[in-house]
Amino acid sequence: MKTDNTMETDQTAEVPADPEKREMMLNIGPAHPAMHGIIRLVVELDGEQIQNADVDIGFLHRGFEKMSEQVDYNGVIPYTDRLNYVSPLINNMGYCMAVEKILGISVPDRCHYIRVILSEISRIGDHLTCVGATAMELGAFSVFLYMIKAREYLWDLVEQVTGARMTVSYCRVGGVKADLPEDFAGPCAEAFKEVRTVIDESDKLLTRNRIFVDRMNGTGVISAEDAISFGITGPFLRATGMEYDVRKDCPYAVYDQLPFDVAVGTRGDNMDRYLVRMEEMEQSMLIVEAALRDMPPGDVLVNPETGRPIPAAQMVDLGKMGEIESISGGCAVIGPTLEGSGRAQHSSIAADEKRVFLPPKEDTYGNIEGLMQQFKLVMLGHGLRPPEGEVYFPVEGANGELGFYVVSDGAGKAYRVRVRPPCFAIMSALSTLLTGDMIADIVPTFGSVNMIGGELDR
Amino acid sequence: MANNPSFLTTRLDEAIGWAQKYSIFQYPFVTACCGMEYMATACSHYDVDRFGAGLPRFSPRQADVMFVVGTISHKMAPVMNRIYEQMADPKWVVAFGVCTCTGGFYNNYATVMGIDTIIPVDVYIPGCPPRPEMVLDGLMKLQDKIQDHRASGRRAEPESRPEVFEV
Amino acid sequence: MTNSLIEAVSDRFPAAVSATHAYRGDQTVVLRPEFLLEIAQFLKEDQALQMNLLVDVTAVDYSTFGKSAKPAFFASSGVAVRPSPLIPDEDPWPGPPAKARFAVVYHFYSTDHKHRLRLVVPVEESEAELDSLTPLWPGADWLEREVWDMYGIRFSGHPNLKRILMYEEFEGYPLRKDYPVDKRQPLIGPVN
Repeated sequence: MKTDNTMETDQTAEVPADPEKREMMLNIGPAHPAMHGIIRLVVELDGEQIQNADVDIGFLHRGFEKMSEQVDYNGVIPYTDRLNYVSPLINNMGYCMAVEKILGISVPDRCHYIRVILSEISRIGDHLTCVGATAMELGAFSVFLYMIKAREYLWDLVEQVTGARMTVSYCRVGGVKADLPEDFAGPCAEAFKEVRTVIDESDKLLTRNRIFVDRMNGTGVISAEDAISFGITGPFLRATGMEYDVRKDCPYAVYDQLPFDVAVGTRGDNMDRYLVRMEEMEQSMLIVEAALRDMPPGDVLVNPETGRPIPAAQMVDLGKMGEIESISGGCAVIGPTLEGSGRAQHSSIAADEKRVFLPPKEDTYGNIEGLMQQFKLVMLGHGLRPPEGEVYFPVEGANGELGFYVVSDGAGKAYRVRVRPPCFAIMSALSTLLTGDMIADIVPTFGSVNMIGGELDR
Repeated sequence: MANNPSFLTTRLDEAIGWAQKYSIFQYPFVTACCGMEYMATACSHYDVDRFGAGLPRFSPRQADVMFVVGTISHKMAPVMNRIYEQMADPKWVVAFGVCTCTGGFYNNYATVMGIDTIIPVDVYIPGCPPRPEMVLDGLMKLQDKIQDHRASGRRAEPESRPEVFEV
Repeated sequence: MTNSLIEAVSDRFPAAVSATHAYRGDQTVVLRPEFLLEIAQFLKEDQALQMNLLVDVTAVDYSTFGKSAKPAFFASSGVAVRPSPLIPDEDPWPGPPAKARFAVVYHFYSTDHKHRLRLVVPVEESEAELDSLTPLWPGADWLEREVWDMYGIRFSGHPNLKRILMYEEFEGYPLRKDYPVDKRQPLIGPVN
């Protein structure tokens, strides 16, 4: 079958035919620092003023949607990490909750709280990166260094919980990989102290800085009606005055039980977006602190003295030889990558659903039911099988409404996974935002869009 | 230069190599998630400035090392090739992240399976994304290469790509 | 949960709606293609609905639905493996809409009334063309370009229908089920 691909070729690269034309066409190409590497803007300039801006994307298209049809449901999670790679846990959570919606299962409360805590920490990291990068491109290099330093403290926290700094793959369908470490609240409080110090310093350096204010005030203005008609959501929309936050309007996980405010701006220009993001960071920290207070306690680890800890390899051997009674009450000493996923914590981090979540290692090694459950979920050709169906599940990403539309045909692999990328809508409005502004306004406007390539091009 | 090595020319080569390796002007060709780890390496926590490599030059004419950071898709490959050709000799390329080394787990219609199919690479830093310590280790290996390149008279030949086994 | 949105649409346009369902609480209406623009306008302007946010436009290729390979372990015994009966399904999904190959899926949301609706429009492969929603929502511009790029479904009335994520020299539509996942068409460099 011959495909019909005869649309007209790219017009933007042609030189205008009229030699008397005043406008100059300037290509701000994909390899440009302020374009974050992968956007091509072809602007028509009349002197310094932009008459028209053509946005060319797709330079980081990695085929996420095609790959997610090749691997099983849990195998898509590393691909979701790399969508919005500055806030990977929010993507993980969104995808897992979409598949859990098809399955119709619910996870324990503690698991919800853990997911919420880590999502909010990711969101703070995302806003730090966005504001820092915008400040750097406007010349305030110190602010960038301070914010990346604060982000390192948060990434240390994330590493203690998940094992990785950035691409974490922490959530699973039906739960999370492992429980929080025992002393999470202490390091979390210290990290937040550092983050608050940095936000304070940056506020003092930027918010009333004459240069910063002059460049950000009144540039990149969009009205609330225009923003909604482009499909813009998130801090970008809230800065125009419309109060739409998926966590408040369509609450999921335990957001309806946690008190927080939604920051809303008035004018819809770059300064308001900066202020909304700064306020959202503070609100996210308040959410995490409230969640740590309200979180239902997990099962206490079995006391090693009385609980007879056995090295996992020995447990496997005993199980193979049939000595089940000697290991049935014990807890396995398993390696650091599996810490927090032992039998004691299992009921609080995973849904109690055999078809979906792996058993604790003590059961895998210790009795035949656990081994069968592990086999049915892990071996090639098996795996979790949701019923046929289609769902759409929106979460509040750092840029706006991040939605996952999953279609399942009852097989072990997803039939279709669609990510509704929040910054795609914002980028489609970019040419409207830039028209009429000066060329120097591209930098703060584009910075406040917080374009993340992995999410835009997938 | 390698034809008659004498005492003075080898000392001179070493001195120039020393100066070049501690004043790397990098062109960070950042596309994707590895860019976040690149930022972390370049900033104050895992400072890359103490190796002399802390000044990114955003023009290929002024750079000598191109860090290719993040997945290169087929749409981006001609751009990357053009940037590489615009750089002046002597130039080195660092493949940062497993997507640039071999393509990573994005084995599909859109991705280049390893940038060494298009441009020669000097140092491969695998990882998804590599920790900043790994990046600094790779940078130090690159510095060893830079130190030696004058003595040999030409850049070291990039290793030939092993044949892909058909399953 | 009341299916008020489904009722509002089907009462007003009974000829346009070919099926409805509310699987897992997501209200969905399956439409006939010629009524798309009319119903979209109704959704946007009606006071009780006021769907001012076009959340997403995407497409699904149903050509290999339910035809994936059986698991290797049971293949020789002929025992089919179905989804678990333990996972609840009192209200099962009706299945792919119509017999058409593609279905274009629209998601709408109202920021005032806080309700969501999904429209599914089945599209035949031979007449893969729909009305564009760009006059009503400018955000549909890029979303429809992506559907064209990935699936090859045209939108009449679209101001600028060209590829957005792939390059112009690319031939074929990658997300269709018959496009192999690793068929590369490089501009430079070898075909790995």
